[in-house]
Amino acid sequence: MTITHFDAVLLFSLFTSIVFGITQRAEPRMMIRFGAFCFVLFVLGTVAGSWLMWLIKH
Amino acid sequence: MMATEMANSVQVPARAAGRSSSMALLVLIAGWLVPGAGHFMLGKWVRGLLLFVSLMLMFGVGVALQGKIYSPNTGDLLDILNFVGDLGTGLLYVVARIFDLGQVAVVTVSADYGTKFMVVAGLLNVIAAVDAHSLATGRKAS
Repeated sequence: MTITHFDAVLLFSLFTSIVFGITQRAEPRMMIRFGAFCFVLFVLGTVAGSWLMWLIKH
Repeated sequence: MMATEMANSVQVPARAAGRSSSMALLVLIAGWLVPGAGHFMLGKWVRGLLLFVSLMLMFGVGVALQGKIYSPNTGDLLDILNFVGDLGTGLLYVVARIFDLGQVAVVTVSADYGTKFMVVAGLLNVIAAVDAHSLATGRKAS
């Protein structure tokens, strides 16, 4: 099995955000909000980091 | 002294609201051995199922990407830490070792991702097991 870098980011962010959401908040609604927040932060953080590395290289 | 008194005043009602310590320990161990099992034991079916599916898939994707599963070692510090992370997956680690999964050399980037997926799955499983323990003791409200 091979996946693209972005697929790996999405999968990693999804699984990790689900666990963070469930374990770090007590109310179901807050779990969903925190999980979604973590997911967005993971993905955007990785994209931002990738562009930063590209800028450093060029 | 004052900090200790404050800590005690917080912990006493939490313990009173929770289950017995042996039950809480059982929940912790079950949650470590099988992802989500601690939450299942507490009747948190949806959370348990989500944890089970997420962590199984994360570990499964890691294996499918041909990631490495670390053996007990006394070599490089990072190898030791990766082994500790892998151990967090509980029975999944045992099953993977029995079937000789993850024993090939990491030669591709995606295989390296797979290695990290499995290590992180183990670390997340420990967090999930501790969460179940906190629910059992009453430290976490719901």
